[in-house]
Parts: sequence; structure tokens; C-alpha cells
Amino acid sequence: MARVIVDVVLKDEILDPQGDAISRALPRMGFSFTPTAVRQGKSFILSLDHAPSASELKEIENAAATLLSNPVIETFTIRVEN
Amino acid sequence: MRVGVVTFPGTLDDHDAARAVKYAGGEPVSLWHGDTDLKDVAGVILPGGFSYGDYLRCGAIARFSPIMSSIIPAAENGLPVLGICNGFQVLCESHLLPGALTRNVGLHFLCRDQEIEIVNTQSAWSGDFTRGQRITIPLKNGEGSYQCDDKTLQELEENNQVIARYVGINPNGSRNAIAGITNKQGNVVGIMPHPEHAIDALTGPSAAGLAFFTSLVRARV
Repeated sequence: MARVIVDVVLKDEILDPQGDAISRALPRMGFSFTPTAVRQGKSFILSLDHAPSASELKEIENAAATLLSNPVIETFTIRVEN
Repeated sequence: MRVGVVTFPGTLDDHDAARAVKYAGGEPVSLWHGDTDLKDVAGVILPGGFSYGDYLRCGAIARFSPIMSSIIPAAENGLPVLGICNGFQVLCESHLLPGALTRNVGLHFLCRDQEIEIVNTQSAWSGDFTRGQRITIPLKNGEGSYQCDDKTLQELEENNQVIARYVGINPNGSRNAIAGITNKQGNVVGIMPHPEHAIDALTGPSAAGLAFFTSLVRARV
């Protein structure tokens, strides 16, 4: 069993109104920390019944670049949990 | 002139788009997302709505539908394509147009009559306007903020690829108040507000949106 996790976030230069709204909400709720910025992203968790091979990881990277993220506005990272 | 109107699961405005084609003197032809046959149409409209429930990203799933596998190469070869609202999002996801549409800056879904200024009258879909003409048509979207990198924005401006800009306020935070753009060839146009809802004074804020459709139909008669 393994899980391949693809994290997708908006590029730094792309406006993120959801992240901005969260950033404004945090101090209002009385949290002691004050982040200078919040960026909201999303995760895709792909479950496999085996540890992914190098070629499978390459394919997942391809899927992340074409379907799971839009390279015009987003970047992604891939991590594997065995 | 036969103009195709695509229906995806979740498309809402295909009937109004077909009606606009008819008002403009063309013959609307229904195209189904699951087909690959373009039925000899001389132009295609990707209408508004929520294709595939806006899952993943707006337009992201529609971009990989069978009908788009026919439309994308045809558009690259010069077939006129107009994407309205969700159709604009599909065109950006397909990389037929640069940039992307993201969440409105105020996070609200907007529904209002919006004034826009026509900037480019050279495209396949805007030839019946005069440069600088201001029209009021409905705007209704949650993810209508046009975003791209600085280099792309500069290219759009230098190549006169901006079709229309918002007038008065910039309702969704689009860069340079962009409401619509075209590709370099001028055959592919994407616009966020809805010209197909403004073709008759009885049912829209104006009839000025009709010129998008007559631009194509009249030029090809």
C-alpha cells in the first residue's frame, strides 16, 4: 500500500482571494500568530496497492501537470507515503 | 451559415446561444460533448454554465471531452470559436487562449448588468462593433477574474488581443479590467459577460450583444 500525494497551489504572482480572506479571519479569531500571507491550495491523494515504480511516478507527474494542475496559474509537488 | 453550440453536462446557456445565432441570421447546430463530429459547422460557441459541475477547476474536465478533441485542432487551424463565461474558462484550460480565470476578488458570485468597452474590432466575433463602443450586457460568474503573468499581459496589450474591458468598476479583479480576449489569429474569442443574454430588449438589458453573433454570420454569408 502506498499513497501518492499531489499538492497544488496557486503561483505566488496569482491573486488568491480565498487565502487573503483566511489571512484576515485569523487575527479576528484571536490567534496569537499573524501570518504575513496565507495561500490556499488543494491536495490529491492517489492510493495504490503497491509502492509506485519510477515510471508510474513519471506518469503521475504527467497527470499532475496536465489535469490535476493548470500550469498557467498553479504549481504542484508530489510526495509518496509508503 | 451553420454555427455549432456545444452542450456539456452542466451547460446552462446553450439555448440562449442558439437563439442568438438564429437572431443573427445563422443556423444553430447542437454539438454534444460526447461526440467528435463537428457537423460541418463554420463556427463554434462554447456557452456558459457549470460544465462537469466546475469540478477540479472550471472548464478543466470539459477540456478533455471528446468534442474538444475535435474543436482544439480545428480552432488551431482557424475555425472561429467563441467561449462565453464557462466557455472562456474552457478555452483557457485548453490553452487556445492564454491565462486563466480565477475566483472573483470579492469571493462573491456576481450577477449584474455590466457595461463593457469594445477594444478590438478585428476578431472573427467583434467586427460589427465600432472601436470604443460601450455596451451593457449581463455578467454572472463566480470565477471571472482574468489572471496571467506580466509577460502574457504585455503581449496581449501589444498585439491588441484584448476584446473588451469592464467600464466603471472592475467587478471581479481581472488584470487590466479584461472582460474578453482573443488569440493572435483573431478566430478564438473568450468573453466573461454574456452577449447571448442581450440580443432583444424584451429579455435583456440591451440588444447590443447580438453584434458578436452577426460579426461572424454576416462576414461569412
